[in-house]
Amino acid sequence: MKLIVTSQGPEATDPVDPRFGRAPYFLVCDVETGGFTALDNRDQAAAAQGAGVQAAQIVAGSGAQIVLTGHCGPKAFAVLSEAGLQVYAGATGSVQDAVHAWYEGKLELLATPDGIPHH
Amino acid sequence: MRIAVASGKGGTGKTTVAVNLALTAARAGLSVHLGDCDVEEPNARLFLDVAFEAPRDVSVPVPVIDAAICNHCGACAKICAFNAIACLPDRTLVFLDLCHSCAGCWLVCPQAAITQGTRVLGELTSGTGRELAATQGLLRVGETVVPPLIRAVKDAAGPAAWVILDAPPGTSCPVVETMKGVDFVLLVTEPTPFGRHDLELAVRLTRSVGLPCGVVINRAGGTPDLIDAFCAREGLPVLARIPFKRTVAAACAEGRLAIEADQDVAAAMTGLFHALRDREAAA
Repeated sequence: MKLIVTSQGPEATDPVDPRFGRAPYFLVCDVETGGFTALDNRDQAAAAQGAGVQAAQIVAGSGAQIVLTGHCGPKAFAVLSEAGLQVYAGATGSVQDAVHAWYEGKLELLATPDGIPHH
Repeated sequence: MRIAVASGKGGTGKTTVAVNLALTAARAGLSVHLGDCDVEEPNARLFLDVAFEAPRDVSVPVPVIDAAICNHCGACAKICAFNAIACLPDRTLVFLDLCHSCAGCWLVCPQAAITQGTRVLGELTSGTGRELAATQGLLRVGETVVPPLIRAVKDAAGPAAWVILDAPPGTSCPVVETMKGVDFVLLVTEPTPFGRHDLELAVRLTRSVGLPCGVVINRAGGTPDLIDAFCAREGLPVLARIPFKRTVAAACAEGRLAIEADQDVAAAMTGLFHALRDREAAA
């Protein structure tokens, strides 16, 4: 199984980016091996609008089943739900911290979007 | 002549200037059409003796994807510069409020699975009164795509000698759309630091779109004020001053014309009208 974490940098020790759509990196964590792979989202993060839709599309195509982030807006949430991904919010600290927090059941599984839409 | 009445700051008196200038021009014998392009909050009609017709919807084309034909190839999502389409392995989602109606998706779809639907942005109404004609747009609540409705207001203006467009506040896309194609921009401001700050932004905008502009100082007190100083430094003409008087405020609050309530405003608008006529003649 794979998790994907919104990150401010390309390393697992970098801080989580609390914004889903405008995170510069997504770190894909393979739960079986414990390895991390970075996806560069810097171009899309700067989109004038629809950054969440674009980001969700990338995440949905990454093979991950679970997303760990700070907040997730309505459009990104719609795409992720349609793609069958689960979104956990409230991640803080480093990317590694977020994965541990999820493993210990400390993150909230979102049933509805919790972020403010931006244009 | 097409004139846009704009400002940076909201509440400086754009509508007051647009309406009173329009009536001054009409009473001087010109055919005048007033277009209220402040479609999020149009209020010029409150001051006009114009019978408006029943409104008609203004809509834009948007994609409708036939799920039975679409094979989720992703060509539409790829071409969409506005991120309005998300293509997933087994479904394709459209977010219509992000769509700018560029037509890219239905032109590029290899399966011809996308047809054109419509999305209503707001409504438009026009009317003719004894002295002038007017059009106003009214945006649907919650809508964020504004320029197509402003274009519709401008298109409805017809062949009047003078078209005066009351712009929305600010310096963003709706204001740029209002200014597009006009001959002159009137920037209305007030002698406060906030008014001057936003005037600077508005001046930069008019210069970046290559339009000549002049300034109207509303709620003007003694001269020279901080707006005069700014205009002198920037080489901008101050074309009118509307005095800061209770009679003017009361007239506006009651939906009456300031030019009828106050002689100083009437004189200021007549002066503004002649200044603009001179520019028109010189052009």
